[in-house]
Amino acid sequence: MIYSSIGYYALIIGLAISLPIFFFSIINLRNNEILDIKIISFSFIQLLLVVISFLGLIVSFVLSDFSNETVFNNSHTTKPLFYKISGTWGNHEGSLLLWLLVLTLFIFVFLITSKNLLKNYRILTVLFQQIIIIGFFFFLLDSSNPFNQMFPIPNEGLGLNPILQDPALAIHPPILYLGYVGSSVIFSSVLAATSLNFISKTWAAHIKKWVLISWIFLTLGILLGSIWAYYELGWGGFWFWDPVENVSLMPWLALTTLLHCILVLEKRSTLKSWVIILSITTFTLSMSGTFLVRSGILNSVHTFASDPERGLFILSFLFILIFISLFVFFAFHKSDKKEIILFSLFSKETSILVNNWLMMYFLSVVLIGTTYPIFLDVISSEQISVGPPFYHKLIIPFLIPFLIFMAMGSQLRWIKSELNKKIYLIFFLIISFLISYLILKNFGNNHLINTVLIGSAFYLFLITIRDFLKEKKQNLSQNLSHFGFSMLILSILFNNIFSSEVITNLKVGETFKNEKFKIEFNDLKKFKEENYVSFKGYFLIEGNRSREKLEPELRVYNQPNIITSEADIKTTLLSDKFITINTVQNEEYFNVRYQIKPFMLWIWISVLLISLGGCVSLFRKKSL
Amino acid sequence: MYGPKVKLRFFFILLILSILTLTVFLVLKSLEENVVYFKSPSDVKLMTELKNKKIRIGGMVKKNSIAMSTNEVNFIITDFKNEINVIYSGVVPNLFSEGKGVVAEGFLKDRNFFQASKILAKHDENYMPPEVKAALK
Repeated sequence: MIYSSIGYYALIIGLAISLPIFFFSIINLRNNEILDIKIISFSFIQLLLVVISFLGLIVSFVLSDFSNETVFNNSHTTKPLFYKISGTWGNHEGSLLLWLLVLTLFIFVFLITSKNLLKNYRILTVLFQQIIIIGFFFFLLDSSNPFNQMFPIPNEGLGLNPILQDPALAIHPPILYLGYVGSSVIFSSVLAATSLNFISKTWAAHIKKWVLISWIFLTLGILLGSIWAYYELGWGGFWFWDPVENVSLMPWLALTTLLHCILVLEKRSTLKSWVIILSITTFTLSMSGTFLVRSGILNSVHTFASDPERGLFILSFLFILIFISLFVFFAFHKSDKKEIILFSLFSKETSILVNNWLMMYFLSVVLIGTTYPIFLDVISSEQISVGPPFYHKLIIPFLIPFLIFMAMGSQLRWIKSELNKKIYLIFFLIISFLISYLILKNFGNNHLINTVLIGSAFYLFLITIRDFLKEKKQNLSQNLSHFGFSMLILSILFNNIFSSEVITNLKVGETFKNEKFKIEFNDLKKFKEENYVSFKGYFLIEGNRSREKLEPELRVYNQPNIITSEADIKTTLLSDKFITINTVQNEEYFNVRYQIKPFMLWIWISVLLISLGGCVSLFRKKSL
Repeated sequence: MYGPKVKLRFFFILLILSILTLTVFLVLKSLEENVVYFKSPSDVKLMTELKNKKIRIGGMVKKNSIAMSTNEVNFIITDFKNEINVIYSGVVPNLFSEGKGVVAEGFLKDRNFFQASKILAKHDENYMPPEVKAALK
C-alpha cells in the first residue's frame, strides 16, 4: 500500500523536475559559460525518482499488494518470486515505467559521458530528450498509471499469463527496451546536432557508441524473443512474420543501416542526410512499435488484452515528435554542395550505399506487410492478414545481391579501388557457387534459387574467413558480424530445406509408424508443482540410427486457469529434435507434433556472433 | 545541347524512377497474391463463387462438435447463424476448446467443408480476436 503511494508520488515529483531542467537549460543555452552543473544534478534527481517509483512497483509485486490494480491484474500469491519480479514489466503499465526509467537513465549517462563536446549540443540533446520524457510521464500518469488503487482490496490476484512465466521472456522486455530507448538518445542527439550544424566526424565518433549500444541490445532482445517463441509457442519455428515480431525487426533494420552510415560519416564525412533521416526513422519505428503492440490495432498472436485509448495517446505523441523532427530537419539542415565527395563505382561507399538501399527496401516490405491490413480494415473494413509467403517472395531474391555486396564491400577501399588485385573475389564467387551446387545436388534439392542463395551466403562466409586468416585483427568487429550474418542465412536456409515433421494424434500406449520414424507414446504422469499441475508424456522415438527419449509436458496453471504445452527439445550440434503435445477437452487423443530441425543451434549462435561484432567495436579504443 | 553532367543526372533519375516503379509494382502484385482474407461462416454462405485461395474463417467452436482420430481433428465453426465443418490435421493451440473463439486458416472444399492448414493461437483466455468479435456481431 505504502510502496504504491511512494511510487506514485515519486512519479509526480519526477515530472515536476522537468521544469527546472527546462529552465536552467534555456538560461544556460544563452550564456557562454560551461554546462550548468544544475542540469546534471536535476537529471540525476529525476532518474532517482523514477528508480524509486520503479522499485515501489517491484516491491508491491513482491509483497503481492493487491490494493494496487496492476499487481492485482498481473500477479498471484502462489507465483514464484522470480516471476513476481518479472511480472513488473510483463504488463503494459510496468513496461512503460521501464521505458521511462531507461529514458532518464540514458540521458543521464549521456550527460556524464559527453564532457568534451559542445555545450549547446549537450543542452539541446537534454531538451529534446526531456520532451520525450515528459510525454511518457503524462502517458503514465494519465492513461496507464501503474499505481491505481483498488477498493475493496481483493484477496487474490488474477495471475500472470503462464506463457510469460519463462526465464527468456522475463529478461526479453528489458533488453529489447534498452535497444528501443537507446534510439531515443540518438534521436535527441541528431536533432540537437542538426540545429547546431554539428553533424560532423567528431559527432559521428561520439554517437557511434550509442548506435552500437542500442543495436547490440536490440539484436539480443530480438534473439531472446525468437528463442522464446521457438520453445514456448510450440510451433518449432523461430520467426513467424507476425506483426509484433515485425515491429521489432523494423527498427533493427533502420538501426543497422544507420550504423553503417555513421561509419561512413566518421571516415568520409558524407551521407549526412542519410544519418539524420535514419536516426529519426529508427526512433519513430521504436515508438510505433510500442504503440502497435499496446494499442490492439494489430491483430497478432502475441496481442494481449489492450486498450485503444492508450494507442491514441501514443499516436498523437508520435505525430508531435515527427513534426518536430521534420521541422528541425528542413529548417536547419543545409546540404552544402561543396561537401559532396565523389567516389567511384568500385569503392566501399558504393557497396554500403547499395546495401543501404536494399535494407530500406526490406524495411519497406516489412512495413507494408505489417500496416497494410490496418489500412484495408479502415478503408474497406475488409479483414485480411499478410502471410509469410509475401515476405519470402519479396525479400529472399534480393538477399542475393545483398550478400554479394556485403562480401565485396569489405574488400574494397574508400573512394576508389584497384581492380586488378581483386581477381580472388571472382575466384571465391565461383567456388562458393560450386560448393552450393554440390551440396544441394547431393541432397537431391536442386532449386536454382536455393543454389544461388546458398552460393552467395557461402561467398560471404568464405570471404570473411579469408579475412580472419589474412588480416588478423584488422576490422575484427565487422568481420565477426558479417561472418555471423552469413552463418545466419546459411543456417536458416538449411533449416528450411532439411526440416522434417510428423503430426499425429495418439492415445497413451499407442504407437505411430511411418517409413522414417516410429513414435511410441508410453506413459503419462502427473506432477504437482508450485502454481501448476504438470502432465508429462513419455515418448520413445526411433528413427534411422537414432533412439530418443523425449518428455514433453502439459501444464495446467491454477491462476489464470490456462493450459500450456512445454516442448521437449533435444539439442545437438547439427539438429534439434522437438516434440510437443496438446490435449483437446474430453478427448482421449493427444495431439503430437515431432520435428527435426537442423542447425537450430547455429541460428542462435550466429545472431550472438553478429552482436558480438558490435561489442568488439564498442570496446575497442581506436576504431579502424 | 546539354552537358554530359546533366545527361548523367538525367540518366540516374530515370534509373531510380524505373527501379522505384518496378519495386512498387512487385510489392503490390505479391501483396495481392499473398493476402489472406478473413471470413465468417455466414460470409462463406453468401459467396457467389468459391475461389481456390487461402482464407481465414473465424467464429466459435460449436459445443460437442470436436471429434478426433489418428490423423485428423474435426470440428464446427459457428457464428450462431451459419456454421462450417473444419477438417484439420495438425496441432491445435492450447486455448482451443469448445465454446471459445477460433480462427482457422486454409482452403474451402465447398460451402460446408473447410480444410484447415493452421489453427491460430491466442495467448490470453479473456482475449477475443477482433475479427471473431466482428464475426459474431
